Amino acid sequence: MLKDRTAVVGIGQTRFAKHLEESEKALACRAVLAALDDAGIEPREVDALASFTMEETDEVELAKAIGAGDIIFFSRAGFGGGGSCATVAHLAMAVASGQASVGVAWRSRKRGSGKRPWTNTTQQLPTPAQWTRPFGLLRPADEIGMLARRYMHEHGATRDHLFNVALACRNRANQNPDAIMYDRPLTREMYMDARWISEPLCLYDNCLETDGALACVVVSAERARDCRRKPVYLHSVAQGLPAQHHGMVNYWNDDPLTGPAWAAARQLWKTADFGPEDVDVAQIYDAFTPLIPLSLEGYGFCGRGEGAAFTEGGALELGGRLPVNTGGGGLSEGYIHGFNLINEGVKQLRGISTAQVPDAATCLVTAGEGVPTSALLLRA
Amino acid sequence: MDTMTADGLLLPWPDDDGEPFWEYTRRGELRVQACADCGRLRFPPRPCCPQCGSFADEWRLMSGRGRLWSFVVAHPPLLPAYAERAPYPVAVVELDEDPKIRLVGTLTSSPRRPNAPWNAVPAQRLRIGAPVQAVFQAVTPEVTVVRWALCGS
Repeated sequence: MLKDRTAVVGIGQTRFAKHLEESEKALACRAVLAALDDAGIEPREVDALASFTMEETDEVELAKAIGAGDIIFFSRAGFGGGGSCATVAHLAMAVASGQASVGVAWRSRKRGSGKRPWTNTTQQLPTPAQWTRPFGLLRPADEIGMLARRYMHEHGATRDHLFNVALACRNRANQNPDAIMYDRPLTREMYMDARWISEPLCLYDNCLETDGALACVVVSAERARDCRRKPVYLHSVAQGLPAQHHGMVNYWNDDPLTGPAWAAARQLWKTADFGPEDVDVAQIYDAFTPLIPLSLEGYGFCGRGEGAAFTEGGALELGGRLPVNTGGGGLSEGYIHGFNLINEGVKQLRGISTAQVPDAATCLVTAGEGVPTSALLLRA
Repeated sequence: MDTMTADGLLLPWPDDDGEPFWEYTRRGELRVQACADCGRLRFPPRPCCPQCGSFADEWRLMSGRGRLWSFVVAHPPLLPAYAERAPYPVAVVELDEDPKIRLVGTLTSSPRRPNAPWNAVPAQRLRIGAPVQAVFQAVTPEVTVVRWALCGS
């Protein structure tokens, strides 16, 4: 039903930085207008908007500011970083079903210069936080660090495996002039000597809090043929909230190390014409390094417990078995809640990435693992 | 309702389902919600049983014995009261009665020291699988939290 019937035809972004002067709303408008210009589509043609929770710029403000026409579809996926790919998935469904014709998804953030969400104590205390925060488990880094240590214990993963992830992202950022870490190489010594954040996670296992915005435009495959750029087709899309899951502190189901990625992957591959072995490049949500080995397992690139070993031998680097996060990812390009991974996936299939995988024709993009998630399979 | 202790630690803000848990800990009892029909334990608490759909529940007394499932050692940046206590370990403990019932808690050096500092147990002494025992610490007149003492210490 959805397979290849819609395409991303425009992408846009602002600068990424620790501090940008403009408001989140202004940044959102800049990214959306840039994406529409990239597609060659007028703002008044936009009739669908999709965003995800923790977005401060609302649909009304955005539509008004950019001069959109009547909006007849709008949607907000839940669970913050888990919803990044769901925005595009919702637009694909709206456009493929004829409910809308031009959809825009976006994310704007000022987290580099603004407050960290976990410092908002009162909003965070109700369920599920009543079971964690009074006990000193405060931040996402602590919540994922807990899973990471268990993962290391069960499967023999080491800090070197996490370093492999951090390094692959940093090496790609060093090729990307737009990345915050463009001119900042990482070494194993720097990684091993870095200060702890939530042991076993150190500074370099954490993403960059960033100011910036991105957007993309989704239209039907027919319409895409008339757009300015080469279409990137939405081959398969999925969301995942597995049985007995619990927020980001998923410590209570049968197997906390098989998270939402596994549920999203089952749906993603069910409707795809190809499998994990046919994926040329992947953009995997990397708020924290352990999410990559966990996701490699969830999306079927290797077996259960084999995600850490998969990172060995430069497998995640350009030219490796599965190049990941070729713009630098959340760890080193900028953490715009996963949206930069979507646009980087589109760049790869257009052939314009700063770390281009030769002849890349298929790309997996994932949203936040740990929380209820979403994913896209893109095809050139 | 207070959301913090006088010295700046976050207090639980129970929902309707969680309220009994905190009532029991105030009395020094670790109880977990169970289905009154099929008998299965469930955590965190919720209105009905995911196994059989029953809305009848009971709160079953636990032995307080468990094992470390995992742990982290938190370092700043943290909220001010937590930064003062850092670095401190936080554990997830699986209960002997059902290893899928797992509770988050700080560690203390001995069952006789419920008020020991959060960093009383050096991280080097912790290993996954180590047996632990629940200890009750009254953090305010209304709120008692469960901490975990390494067995044999």
